[in-house]
Amino acid sequence: MTSTLALTLAAAFAVSGIGGNGDYASLPGGSFRSALDYEDVPGNVTLAPFAMMKRPVTNGEFLEFVKANPQWRRDRVATVMAEPRYLSHWAGPAELGEARAAQPVVQVSWFAASAYCEAQGARLPTWNEWEYAAAADETRRDARRDPVWRERILAWYSRPSDSALPRAGLQTPNAYGIQDLHGLVWEWTDDYSSLLVDADNRNQGDPDNARFCGAGALSMDDRDNYAVLMRVAMLSSLDAPDTTANLGFRCARDLP
Amino acid sequence: MTRLLQILAAGALLLASLPGVAASPATDPPLPRDSIYQLPVQLTDHARRTRGWAVLRGKPRLVGMFYTSCQYICPLIVDSGRAIEKQLTPAERARLGVVLISMDPERDTPAALKKVIDQRKLDGARWTLASPPAGEVREVAGVLGIRYRPLADGEFNHTSALVLVDADGRILARTEQMGSRPDPEFVAVVKQALR
Repeated sequence: MTSTLALTLAAAFAVSGIGGNGDYASLPGGSFRSALDYEDVPGNVTLAPFAMMKRPVTNGEFLEFVKANPQWRRDRVATVMAEPRYLSHWAGPAELGEARAAQPVVQVSWFAASAYCEAQGARLPTWNEWEYAAAADETRRDARRDPVWRERILAWYSRPSDSALPRAGLQTPNAYGIQDLHGLVWEWTDDYSSLLVDADNRNQGDPDNARFCGAGALSMDDRDNYAVLMRVAMLSSLDAPDTTANLGFRCARDLP
Repeated sequence: MTRLLQILAAGALLLASLPGVAASPATDPPLPRDSIYQLPVQLTDHARRTRGWAVLRGKPRLVGMFYTSCQYICPLIVDSGRAIEKQLTPAERARLGVVLISMDPERDTPAALKKVIDQRKLDGARWTLASPPAGEVREVAGVLGIRYRPLADGEFNHTSALVLVDADGRILARTEQMGSRPDPEFVAVVKQALR
């Protein structure tokens, strides 16, 4: 028993040594063609330089946060900020059990993810930052036009989601040195609730049923980019207290 | 030993009351875990008061979001609040508060908010128009289930809702039916909350 515990701890430390808490990659700013096309933002979006965690936050890291901030324990959290499934895959409010320390944390609400990043002096990435970082493959900063790469990403979405999550940080880093943007979990963005997709297109143009105020409609600029399209559809369907078994997060920071 | 237990108990009480401590008198019981006022946010209202929004505790309220320069749906939110008030008896009306929170705090200063109170002839005793700090708008929107995106021209693309909360900030119902004809089912829940 003791040796198992020691081994588990050693493994946890080894992993955190590789891509641990606070290990960020720096990304240059730049001009970027988003797959999302907004009426009011023609052309490219401009990004300031920023840093992003090399891999998603793990169960082990989130457990440390919960222990230091007990108001985020699942048995104490304000339920307007986290639904009943929040951290429900853990054995107890401050005990992982079957959930492994090195797996990405899931079943976290937007509020909890934001609070974690804030405690690190960071924030959640914006959608644009996430999409910009996730456009890279292992060698190219923008691999989105490559059909082979697209196929590879899409293959993950077609895998059944009921099997155990691999641990974070196993995949080859992309051109920025970031891992697991595809192929592991979905991820919150800071501005997830700015993705406004009307569930029912028949309502468009009918002022009595208009869900959104007037202008600024969102359309997909790149209709073949299904991977991005699915992320947008998923994020646009979530409320801030929601959690799912495949939704985690990573943090980002401004760079001077 | 007894002394130690007393200290521990006092500590536990103090911890339990922390979320609401900034805003409410020490005599208030702790906020329920499902209260929207669990979100720690300071609002600056049309009367220039900056306070934790837990001061809104104490009576049922309709809570929505808006911004004063809105050309489209936002005037409708005021209409919607008034339309619901119109379905109430004067006694019921006096027991209900209406709170509209700005998604545009940079422009919605107390003066801008006051202008809407005056122009729309709203009763400042029942209606609260207020702005959160700029960095906390999305959190307020998060507990109210409202989505929005700032547009390049300063307008906002957003969903519209009025959320009914009880005296402790627990969400009882919400309506996205805006305009002068409120959803009768929603009005019924409002009346029930005011009994």
